[in-house]
Amino acid sequence: MHYSPAYLHIPDGFLNLVISLIFWALTAVSVGFAISKTNKSLGEKQVPLMGVMAAFIFAAQMLNFPVAGGTSGHFLGGALAAIVLGPWAGILVMTAVIAVQALLFQDGGLLVMGANIFNMGILTAMIGFGLYRTVLTANKGVRVGVAGVAAWLSTVASALLTALQLWLSGTSRLEIVMPAMLGVHVLIGLGEAIITVAALAFIEQTRPDLLNAEKSAGQGGRGWIFAGVAVSLLAVLLSPLASADPDGLERVAEDFGFLEKGLSAPYNIIPDYTVPFLGETALSTIVAGVIGALVVLGLMILVGRSLRKSS
Amino acid sequence: MSLHANAFDRYHAADSRIHRLDPRVKVLVTALYILSNALLPDGAWLAFGAAWLVVLVANDLSSLGLWYTLRRSFLALPFALAAVSALFSPLGEPLAAFRFLWMDLAVTDFGILRFVSILVRSWLSVQMAILLVATTPFPDIIHALEHLRVPRILTTIIAFLYRYLFVLVDEVMRLLRAREARSAGLPGHRRGGSLFWRAQVAGSMAGQLFIRSYERSDRIYNAMLSRGYTGHIRTLNPHVMKPTDWRMLAFALAALVLIQLVGWIR
Repeated sequence: MHYSPAYLHIPDGFLNLVISLIFWALTAVSVGFAISKTNKSLGEKQVPLMGVMAAFIFAAQMLNFPVAGGTSGHFLGGALAAIVLGPWAGILVMTAVIAVQALLFQDGGLLVMGANIFNMGILTAMIGFGLYRTVLTANKGVRVGVAGVAAWLSTVASALLTALQLWLSGTSRLEIVMPAMLGVHVLIGLGEAIITVAALAFIEQTRPDLLNAEKSAGQGGRGWIFAGVAVSLLAVLLSPLASADPDGLERVAEDFGFLEKGLSAPYNIIPDYTVPFLGETALSTIVAGVIGALVVLGLMILVGRSLRKSS
Repeated sequence: MSLHANAFDRYHAADSRIHRLDPRVKVLVTALYILSNALLPDGAWLAFGAAWLVVLVANDLSSLGLWYTLRRSFLALPFALAAVSALFSPLGEPLAAFRFLWMDLAVTDFGILRFVSILVRSWLSVQMAILLVATTPFPDIIHALEHLRVPRILTTIIAFLYRYLFVLVDEVMRLLRAREARSAGLPGHRRGGSLFWRAQVAGSMAGQLFIRSYERSDRIYNAMLSRGYTGHIRTLNPHVMKPTDWRMLAFALAALVLIQLVGWIR
């Protein structure tokens, strides 16, 4: 039995510095929130539980099933983890899984790990738990069905975001990478959905106490519903547009002045992604990257603050 | 087909300068090295060459052999597919045009430069990461992350993940063996049900695995409590930075700065 790398794990070198840093900032803030939430709501007992659950996701990714012609379906597990453990614990578990995959197996890079965690851990938690949260009190069939749809959508959304990141980094042409990524993951997502549904149905049969509605509601507030529905809508609207008419998306980007150079993407605030008075040197690029990351970080903290106040 | 710890362990025990180096230095230098590669402009061949030289020197110092990381560095190759479309960048001079399905594509000189640069960056970065795990026991890497201010709850989860990975993978092996044992087939006849059915079986196995893991974590926690667990893990390895560690760190940083200079001054 050997470990086989999956397509969504981006290696180092495939995303440019700004995209990598922006997603590191987004991930750092989200994981920071997840840590403070789990520290508050859960005791020290949760730490061994989350560790073993992380090992579970890792091991479950080996449960492949033969599809056809030597290929096999794979399991990512982000949606399932968020549904069963709650979104915050799910994010921490997926972070640990992706970190170990990158550190130990070089499956996914280190500098791009922020993007990988965001795509496969945070986005999947938003869609997985967010959609599931809307039907908490419904009967078992509806809940499991929605979980399946959420699992499928989370896989597709991960692929969509990965393709966008590759495009914004100047690594791939949008009109090629988008239909390729979406096409593959629309199918892979079906496997993900069936496995998630079957796993949940099994847990529902043997340990229904783990999927208790009150327990799930306590794991993540109503804000998750909005986040989940909003992200899902965005993915559903953007996917057909992006795969059927990638030129359209590119044109939009051009209109907004994103694609000045075709490579260095959305940083017209900092022209050519360098700081003016420092000239076009590596130092200037670093400073520009750090400024970009700090801006995103600040925005995220503000958003988080206001969310905490309202809840 | 039971699995043992070494199947997942990438550590190669040896006694070398790199092995003896403080894990903090190794983690930090690896991260900075990858950052340095990301910073280099496209087509900075001299700097890329210098960066490869750094990997070779590190390989040599680690006593694993000069080509150790090279032999293991083709793992990220399948992902290179994603970068192939960079070849058709519209920015440069077209060199060769052809029609693929419904798209008109033209390979440009700029596109080739971009494509090769991406691959080289990725290939160099992966080599340093391989060397890190080959010369540092994984618990030491976790410990280094803790020293480098990664939140303790995360490092503890990672430590547990690593500790129980082997146990749960054995569990997966048992599940797979059980499925295999019940999947008899006659030659010439198709084995198993439809694709949907097969995926469903895999799902039930995932559910089964989940419940076994969940219940195991309960037992683990109780056992840990009975041995005095208070929420954080202690270690006997203090990890103190020695003068050689500082020297190696300074040496590596100087090399990286030099690479950047070579890459940007022309």
